Amino acid sequence: MNNQHYGLYRSEYEHDACGIGFYADIKGRASHEIITTALEMLRRLDHRAGKNADETTSDGAGISMQIPHEFFEAVCSFTLPKKGEYAVGMLFLPHDPHARNEILVEFKTQASSLGLSVLGVRDVPVNPGILGRQAEESRPHIVQIFVSSSNDNTKESVFQRNVYILRKLVENKFSSSFYAASFSNQTIVYKGMLSADQLPLFYVDLQDGRFKSALALIHSRFSTNTFPSWERAHPNRMIAHNGEINTIKGNVNWFNAKIPLFANQLDLEALEKVQPVINASGSDSAIFDNVLEFLTMNGISLPHAIMMMVPEPWESSEDLPPYLRSFYEYHSQIMEPWDGPMALEFTNGKQIGAVLDRNGLRPARYYITNDDKIIFASEVGVVDVEPENVKERRHLKPGQLLFVDLEKGMLIPSDELKAQISLEKPYADHLEESVIKLPADKHLIPAASQLEKNELSYLQTLFGYTYEELTKSIVPMAQEMKEPIGAMGVDTPIAVLSERPQLLFHYFKQSFSQVTNPPIDSIREACVLSTVTWLGPQVSLDGHDDTTHKKIQLEHPFLSTAKFHAIQNQGLKAAVLPAYHSPDTSLEQALKQLLKLVDEKIEEGSEILILSDRAVGQSAVPIPSLLAVSAVHQHMIRRGTRPKASLVLDSGEPRDAHHMAALLGYGADAIHPYLALETIRGLIEEGHISLPFKKASENYLKVIKKSVVKIMTKVGITTLQSYRGAQTFEALGIAESVVDRYFTGTVSQIGGIGLEEIGMESYKRYEKAQEILFHYNKALDPGSELQWRKDGEYHLFNPQMMYTLQQAARTNNKELYRRFSEMYHHGPYATIRSLLTIKSNRKPIPIDEVEPVESIWKRFKTGAMSYGALSKEAHEALAIAMNRIGGKSNSGEGGEEKERYVRDANGDFRRSAIKQVASGRFGVTSLYLTEADEIQIKMAQGAKPGEGGQLPGSKVYPWIAEVRGSTPGVGLISPPPHHDIYSIEDLAQLIYDLKSANPSARISVKLVSKAGVGTIAAGVAKGLADTILISGHDGGTGASPQTSIKHAGMPWELGLAETHQTLTLNGLRNRVVLETDGKLMTGRDVVIAACLGAEEFGFSSAPLVVLGCIMMRACHLDTCPVGVATQNPKLRANFMGKPEHVVNYMRFIAEEVREILAECGYRSLDELVGETGLLKMKDEVKNHWKAKQLNFDKLLFKANETPLSVQGKTTQNHKMEERFDSRELQHLSISVRNKQKTAITLPVRNTDRAIGTTLGHIITKEYGDRGLPEDFIQINLNGSAGQSFGAFIPKGLTLYLEGDANDYVGKGLSGGKIIVKPGNGWLHNEEQAIIGNTAFFGATSGEAYIRGTAGQRFCVRNSGVHAVVEGIGDHGCEYMTGGRVVVLGSIGKNFAAGMSGGIAYIYTGIMGEDEALSQVNQELVSVEDAEADEDMRELYHMIQKHYQYTGSPIAKRILKNWEWSLHQFVKIVPREYKAMMELIQYFQDQQMPLDEAKLAAFEFKKSGKSLPAIEKEAAFPTKAK
Amino acid sequence: MRGTTDFIDQKREKPKEIDALERIATWKEYQKPFPEEKLKIQASRCMECGTPFCQMGELIGRQTSGCPLYNLIPEWNTLAAQGKWEEAYYRLLLTNNFPEFTSRACPAPCEGSCTAGLVSEPVTIKSIEKAIIDRAYKEGWVKPRIPLKRNGLKVAVVGSGPAGMAAADDLNQAGYDVTVFEKEDRFGGLLMYGIPNMKIEKQYVQRRIDLLQAEGIEFIANTEIGKDITLEELQETYDAVLLCIGAEKQREIDIPGRGLKGIYPAMEYLKTSTKHLLDNGGNGEPRITAKGKKVIVIGGGDTGADCVATAIRQGCKSVVQFGKHGELPKERPEHEPWPVNPSLFTLDYAYEETFKAFGEDPRKYYIQTTEFLGNEDDEVTGLLTVPFTDEPVAEKQLWKADLVLIAIGFEGVDPTKAAGAELQNGRIQTRPGSFQTNREGVFAAGDAKRGASLIVWAMQEGKKAAKEIELYLAQKTAAAQLPSV
Repeated sequence: MNNQHYGLYRSEYEHDACGIGFYADIKGRASHEIITTALEMLRRLDHRAGKNADETTSDGAGISMQIPHEFFEAVCSFTLPKKGEYAVGMLFLPHDPHARNEILVEFKTQASSLGLSVLGVRDVPVNPGILGRQAEESRPHIVQIFVSSSNDNTKESVFQRNVYILRKLVENKFSSSFYAASFSNQTIVYKGMLSADQLPLFYVDLQDGRFKSALALIHSRFSTNTFPSWERAHPNRMIAHNGEINTIKGNVNWFNAKIPLFANQLDLEALEKVQPVINASGSDSAIFDNVLEFLTMNGISLPHAIMMMVPEPWESSEDLPPYLRSFYEYHSQIMEPWDGPMALEFTNGKQIGAVLDRNGLRPARYYITNDDKIIFASEVGVVDVEPENVKERRHLKPGQLLFVDLEKGMLIPSDELKAQISLEKPYADHLEESVIKLPADKHLIPAASQLEKNELSYLQTLFGYTYEELTKSIVPMAQEMKEPIGAMGVDTPIAVLSERPQLLFHYFKQSFSQVTNPPIDSIREACVLSTVTWLGPQVSLDGHDDTTHKKIQLEHPFLSTAKFHAIQNQGLKAAVLPAYHSPDTSLEQALKQLLKLVDEKIEEGSEILILSDRAVGQSAVPIPSLLAVSAVHQHMIRRGTRPKASLVLDSGEPRDAHHMAALLGYGADAIHPYLALETIRGLIEEGHISLPFKKASENYLKVIKKSVVKIMTKVGITTLQSYRGAQTFEALGIAESVVDRYFTGTVSQIGGIGLEEIGMESYKRYEKAQEILFHYNKALDPGSELQWRKDGEYHLFNPQMMYTLQQAARTNNKELYRRFSEMYHHGPYATIRSLLTIKSNRKPIPIDEVEPVESIWKRFKTGAMSYGALSKEAHEALAIAMNRIGGKSNSGEGGEEKERYVRDANGDFRRSAIKQVASGRFGVTSLYLTEADEIQIKMAQGAKPGEGGQLPGSKVYPWIAEVRGSTPGVGLISPPPHHDIYSIEDLAQLIYDLKSANPSARISVKLVSKAGVGTIAAGVAKGLADTILISGHDGGTGASPQTSIKHAGMPWELGLAETHQTLTLNGLRNRVVLETDGKLMTGRDVVIAACLGAEEFGFSSAPLVVLGCIMMRACHLDTCPVGVATQNPKLRANFMGKPEHVVNYMRFIAEEVREILAECGYRSLDELVGETGLLKMKDEVKNHWKAKQLNFDKLLFKANETPLSVQGKTTQNHKMEERFDSRELQHLSISVRNKQKTAITLPVRNTDRAIGTTLGHIITKEYGDRGLPEDFIQINLNGSAGQSFGAFIPKGLTLYLEGDANDYVGKGLSGGKIIVKPGNGWLHNEEQAIIGNTAFFGATSGEAYIRGTAGQRFCVRNSGVHAVVEGIGDHGCEYMTGGRVVVLGSIGKNFAAGMSGGIAYIYTGIMGEDEALSQVNQELVSVEDAEADEDMRELYHMIQKHYQYTGSPIAKRILKNWEWSLHQFVKIVPREYKAMMELIQYFQDQQMPLDEAKLAAFEFKKSGKSLPAIEKEAAFPTKAK
Repeated sequence: MRGTTDFIDQKREKPKEIDALERIATWKEYQKPFPEEKLKIQASRCMECGTPFCQMGELIGRQTSGCPLYNLIPEWNTLAAQGKWEEAYYRLLLTNNFPEFTSRACPAPCEGSCTAGLVSEPVTIKSIEKAIIDRAYKEGWVKPRIPLKRNGLKVAVVGSGPAGMAAADDLNQAGYDVTVFEKEDRFGGLLMYGIPNMKIEKQYVQRRIDLLQAEGIEFIANTEIGKDITLEELQETYDAVLLCIGAEKQREIDIPGRGLKGIYPAMEYLKTSTKHLLDNGGNGEPRITAKGKKVIVIGGGDTGADCVATAIRQGCKSVVQFGKHGELPKERPEHEPWPVNPSLFTLDYAYEETFKAFGEDPRKYYIQTTEFLGNEDDEVTGLLTVPFTDEPVAEKQLWKADLVLIAIGFEGVDPTKAAGAELQNGRIQTRPGSFQTNREGVFAAGDAKRGASLIVWAMQEGKKAAKEIELYLAQKTAAAQLPSV
């Protein structure tokens, strides 16, 4: 790999995802058919694979099989022993014969040292002619090496271990020049940078009929970027994996620290030889494979190892058998879950199986046939099989271990297998003997305070507490148990530019998931989360000495003072280490001393190390707690002593969730935030908190826990154990030397301050604290991070700037704008761009030679701000302004009123050119998408990347509810992830769907800047996005947790530059448009962004200020006094903005751009794109004590030799003509236009995706949201339909499928009808899996009848569809806000989580009422009988239709015994929704028209009143009978 | 408060005042205290803005917007609304040394730029401030804070007005030994003799002086620098000297008849009045009195208004005040958009009193005086004016008067009292961005440096100068401790 570091790009950022599958003969009968069928499977998963810029090189494909003994006997020129007695190494070697020979000689030498002999080497015949350019350039020389044991009597396991050691030894010597795709006596892997088609053409062996196997495991790769790599193709030696392991850094660190614990079969000498076990440069999947291989080599069985690495969520599953629970609990002490979305398939040649992550985030389906074959894949329809031959069609469920033992010739049911493994040892007894569980906090007596008031002030100042923090952060946590919320984005300097001493925490930015893995909803999906924490030394795997080493189990790592004392009295040896130093010593010396002390204490046998900054007296400077923790953690890992003791921090510094998260992320086991707790005590005394201390501190710790879990789930991690040490942060403004030594492995892209400056910042606080010592009642520093203070931190939006900007725009005064621009650019350093100057070596040109304002305007956009966050007035003013200048406004995620699609009489257009599609899918209908020039998929938002949102009920005014498809007064939830995007190939699918929904719209993907975003962007470009937006961390928000606003995400300058560089490197830059946003304010900002690679520019906060925003930062409170960010009609009346103000401002910016262009000698912005040569760090920066340490070499790395403008642009090839609708349904557009009722019949297959979507678009374009009459166009289909079947189809279109379908059926359904029933010849069995995951996601209206079961997340965020289905997986009806769902079979867990509208009916006749109800998440919903007249009619009608359309036997049975069946139904209805519907009904009964009744009901609810019970009872007799 | 819409739901209310006819019989303050419940409501109108323009303290054009002391207004407003008076007091004290003065004598630019005023009416910030400090005194929270540590360095502050006092207070709290020199017989500068008693009762000024004395500041009266003691002498004794000598030289009106008796600069008049009150209680008449006289005040500003109110209390026969400009608008004019502190027509205490006493507003607009008329004893009897227009020949108007007070502003530092500091345009020159004069170790602040302005600007100057002196002395001491090379 020669491209490991290139500007801001690093190879470790690569991500991949893919299609996976296996095909096997359960009875173990080998045949060539297995291979040919598997290869066909691979071809049909090709749409899940990625293609390179050259369009011929693929990201990789491969196949893992049993060793074809018969074949090798035939083709090898040397004699082979019996099957299984020799191993075959599939080696990728250099082309240079000399180098190659050297490696092979090494094999021979080492083999003999291990008692092995090399039988021979076979050149693998290949056909390079078919390769793409990049694949060919990096093609290795491929040979097979055959090795046997010199001793015939060697046990197989010993032989395998020796082969393993042999490979490791050679790998260690030639790690960079050779790779073994497989080296086993059971399996062999053929893979490479090949497409599915190319695989058998390249490896001609695969076409040989003698090549036989009883199993074949395949993988087709979609990598975010495409640097040539043959070895990164899957399968790995044991696994193939679809997904991403989020916790990989922590897993690797912990595993490396604990290797000896796992090594049972390898002795110390052998262990030495195989080190490093993990190939650190490998992908997450390869590392997983390394560890799995190591575990199995050490005698842990394959399923046992899988259960250790990917445990199901045992902590809160009450229905788990006790033995299994003990198994998981026991192993949780030893190994952290390898967490992240995954569908994992594995084989050792004798056994094959698959498992999903604990949350089931990847799709997986399987068929079992009557002739004992198993077909497993990401999709159905990948293997042609006679319908009659299929015995079972299933979804692989989270927690289920699919396992086939070919030797035994059977599929071992998951429960049986798990019972068998978990009963192998008495895990429960081990636990009983060794685990100490502390009593809950409520049983502990709180410790008395030891602090005088003045001491408290001293410590608060020493640790930099501010009044603002106390009142705006700690009070809400302790008093109301609420996470502190803020509004609008951060506009203060990044830590390294701030003049005020910053906590070290502020230099670390939280990472978050976007595209390649999903963030998790920590509230609604709490069932998969765990905060269990262990204190004490690590036990060994087999538990031989676990009774001498006790361990403390904590519910979570945040300690009250009482608990902190308690853990020190449990018999574990604890040592307190001072984490402070005298003001006379340097921080570096202090750290040295600390680490020395750590070694001493470990030597003495300490099992808990307490790092404490509680100094006696007033002459101690605390070591930043994060530094102390991470330095010790890293040191102990290096020393191999980390498993011997736990790290507990006793510190005054950490107080908010970001601090705690960082500490855990860098290795702390538990934290006692003593000063935060003492501060709460002080606040109680001052009357700011009106609770007893015990309650208040409990509240505080609970919120901290909740918020840290949220930060953890933002990166998609679900267990604190795996989060600990996972280092999911990046440093901004810290020297690499510091990072390398104390935060090893953390990314720090532009360098920054060293230990000296870090120490200086602590020292400054120390000095300030000394003042307290001789001042009376000195009140705490105000603080100014959230609220501007004149003497406080600099804010870009300060009164003078806002006043000047507003006046400039209102009076169209260019002079004032200039003053604004000057003030902004000459103000204190705040952003990366503020450190840059623009210098051209060209001569200035006359300004009239520069492109006109109008052409620059086309590149201008306003940011995504939803209608709902903004008032109608503000939202429309922006749209009108941007339409006037030919730019684009963005609808944001709240939908748009359809009245705005018609121009106003004066020619103004209130329609937003950009329509956003966010995770909540509010208002996303066929019409909405059709009315877009650009459709933006929001993957993350700058102010709170990785998080969802919540619109409180008090802001859901009736008009907002209307466009969002919800109920007035009822709160709305935007989930953290898009439930149809858990990985890169899912995003590609959504792009495919949206392009189908409006072929003329550009598809844009919004990402937030972070290290590695460029690599993600490369994947997005390969997924065929037309535009990629890189948003800065400083974007605005209507409401976000304060710590997210401040500490998540990176400046856009870095993300943009990295993206431009990475795309250029991949040859992908020309086909996408790059856009950026994040506090862009002036023409100069625009020019800098262009130089860093941007072609289009978004503005949000500044235009809002122009329209009257004064940074009240009360958006979340609905009290915006200027009518910008409120729905309150009284306040909206104060709105004083006008579209012309925005137009004026946009003109000023464009003119300023022109002036700079002229000055620099450029004629157009295009010429500047990517020209980093014009940018330079300002000379004055060297006078800034911190900023002078920054290094911009990587930022300003010039990626393209030839200017982009000279290279020219191309566009993405969406291959619209190849899509099903174009191929098969195009002619129907005539029927649509002529309004001819039509029906046709067609066959389909899994590669036919988004069927009906484009036809639907044509209908919508013609008829708007009225659509056509019911069943007007009917399409009958047979076979297995591809993903997104019937996505967004409107009224009048009916899809009737006989067969099965994959994920996302009826996504965004907009009035159409979808029917799926078993095909001809199917076995009659209601429980057959018939459609995939995430069906009817974000559907708004229409009907669906599904005869069979659906996968996970059925009807998530449904707001209007009426659907009938015969069984569903986990998380059904999550976030649903409207519509009706009838389930005639079983439901999975967490049903109705976050459901705030609509009604679900569940037939419990099959799974039983108790069991069904135990699956319902009743936080928001109540369970009722379905016996009211209205319900009964509705239900009957739906089931009747279901029967009529699908002939469902169960529907038939139910209808037949209706009276009796009705009792078996339960009705799930959200409480708030019900109450609101009743209120509306009440007002309607008072003769109010519906609109008025809604408003009256809303106002009524907002005022906090409720109807008198009697009145209500009279209005709605709930029980009819 | 954050999260409520009280700023529109509750009406702005100001505290009640003692009836005009009643109060002109005394020299006492005329504002009644606000009932606590009302205060809380008024305080809850504060939005606790994310960007509180009320504390910006900057000039927009020539107008002061927001509080130059950067008072943490939203913080103590919120505390006041919650009834947390003591904490409010400490938060107020963080930026404001003497809230009892600012809450009485500041024209409250904070209210002019209050965000509530953008959409409704501003919060009554000044009344809330006054309530907090009055309460603090009443409850005994205001106690001498004797510094725990002295650093042995000595600073002389010349002038005991708001700038000098603020500087002295900050320096004393930081551990310096401070001596304040005052040329008058009483301390307080303009607070004592410039502002009449009904605006700031003088016992309050004395109360603060007493407090500062108790905290260790030495006050020396009747000592004028340059006359009684030279600047050089001061420098010998003190490590630093700060000049806060004010901008006392009044602007004059140079027209025929100026030499007549009965024409006085406003400040002389006001000072005489207050001194008489303090020296003699209510007995006898001061040297200059309006009793039984027809009084004309030239100048439409605040000092003019104070003259009017003083004249009424002295029992004048009539009183008229001339203004150069027209009547001010009643609502915010377009050229002074929020957050500019608007110049609005108000019925100030003096005008209300005149109106009640004589049935007429004393203010006359667009008037320029061209000549004073006198009798044979050289006593003023009246004056001639023309309208303030561009018209070349305007008709002259005759006004009768036997006491004329000139209140048309200040020119700057009185050169005869500059103590040897270098002046330019009536101001003591300091180095750019600094308070240090071109004489090392000598600093200047307040009106003397800035020109006549608001009390809050004077205090801001005093505080900033004190900070600079601290820095200067810290560096000087550090340098002194270095071993010489």
